[in-house]
Amino acid sequence: MPREIVRTENLCCSYRTGRVLEDISVTVEAGDYVGIVGPNGSGKSTLVRALLGLCAISDGTALLFGVPCGRFGEWGRVGYLPQSLDQLNPVFPATVAETVGLGLLSLKRFPCRLTGVDRNTVDSMLEELGVYHLKHKLIGELSGGQQQRVLLARALVNEPELLILDEPTAALDPETRERFYRLIADINRNRGVTVLLVTHDSGAVGQHASKMLYLDKRLLFFGSFEQFCLSPEMSALFGEHSQHLMCHRH
Amino acid sequence: MNLLEILSYAFIQRALLAGTLIAVLCSLLGVFLVLRRMSLIGDGLAHITFGSTAIALAMKLYSASSLLVSLPIVLLSSLGILKLTEKTRLSGDAAIGIVSALGISAGIILASVGGGYNVDLLSYLFGNILAITSEEVNIAVGLFCVVMVLLSLFYNELLAVTFNEELARISGVHTNIVNAVLVLLTALSVVLAMKLVGIMLISSLLILPAASALQLARSFRSCMMFSALQGGCSVVLGIFLSFATNLPTSATVVMLNLAFFGCAFLVRRLLDPGV
Repeated sequence: MPREIVRTENLCCSYRTGRVLEDISVTVEAGDYVGIVGPNGSGKSTLVRALLGLCAISDGTALLFGVPCGRFGEWGRVGYLPQSLDQLNPVFPATVAETVGLGLLSLKRFPCRLTGVDRNTVDSMLEELGVYHLKHKLIGELSGGQQQRVLLARALVNEPELLILDEPTAALDPETRERFYRLIADINRNRGVTVLLVTHDSGAVGQHASKMLYLDKRLLFFGSFEQFCLSPEMSALFGEHSQHLMCHRH
Repeated sequence: MNLLEILSYAFIQRALLAGTLIAVLCSLLGVFLVLRRMSLIGDGLAHITFGSTAIALAMKLYSASSLLVSLPIVLLSSLGILKLTEKTRLSGDAAIGIVSALGISAGIILASVGGGYNVDLLSYLFGNILAITSEEVNIAVGLFCVVMVLLSLFYNELLAVTFNEELARISGVHTNIVNAVLVLLTALSVVLAMKLVGIMLISSLLILPAASALQLARSFRSCMMFSALQGGCSVVLGIFLSFATNLPTSATVVMLNLAFFGCAFLVRRLLDPGV
């Protein structure tokens, strides 16, 4: 029986402006690659932020590896890549190696010390993601695509079982975006890492993800992309033409 | 008067030792504060120190004894700034501004009730490192050791939180504890630095070495080292220069730091003309 990585039951989240998520019940199993799509303001980012304990849950439950999100502490099992580090100071003086090394803190106890073995782990991860040549560069000096690769290395360096990506390609050009999606698909396939990808790009979800989660504050669809494309409910919701466009695989 | 002669004075030896240690502390903490856009926290805490010193002087506690009153008040105020930013819809600079105004107004009222500004209170305003006592040197050495141990224990956590607080939290870092450690260490250093550059100029010791280091550093570790080096050198050179030219030491130290910043900026422009 497949292992449950994420389970939500009637999950609700609210901001001052009102409800952003209502009655979300989904189960993500080990090895799944789930693309989370939906229009702006549909609660995609709120869902992953709630799972990570970064925003409060107003009702229902959310479990990470069987533990309620508010009490979850095994952060070594989770990797997270945010949309982009908008607030990253361009003169921030950390090198790529220093930045990626911070991902290993989730495996350490206080006081967190990075050893020679840790530095080798960082080097291997940089090599694997093709950014070893940037090791001594300052993170603020890199292009958007390079920064995202380095932050992905940071998210993967602790060998997580679950990788959560929140619109990681928003600032990338189409070519870099496609390379990035292929990389994530490889990580899911070859390492068996469960992936939750928040994106606007339903085409990319169709091409790479094993499951699609369509949100618009409520859960509109959760299943495989094939089921989505054949679903009469989705035809009724989007219209056949729109559904056809969304299901068009590149 | 030659260099050896100057060094033979006990008050110069005390000033050099305590001044260098305090400047190194401020410079190291300054890197985290500048990068987290909390540079002016030193100013805010210095104003609280002014208020607390006025209380200490009203209680007839002078010199090192005044720290018994100042330290707890400033430490609590630093946590107050943190709570204000966490619990209210205020940004860090507004919270610092509120606490700062509270400190300076309390100081003025207390000084006025206590019969006006006396010499002791004014020495805290503008600093007088050459008047530092042996007792104050011992306190500076002790607190330097405490702050350095805590800084080295929390180094990676501080770096992670400075880089991005949310990512740090998802790496299992207890960000609330790390933030509290940073402001408490800053509060300790500000109280110590009062005698060095005075309340009016304290933030320059926190900001300028870090600002210079950011121009030249090629890694976070080197940034910390550059900053500490500038802080220490500015105090040593400042003491000699002020002694030789009969200028106020605190202002000389600050002007030297400004000169170092100018040089660092020029070097960066030369190395990277595109900046």
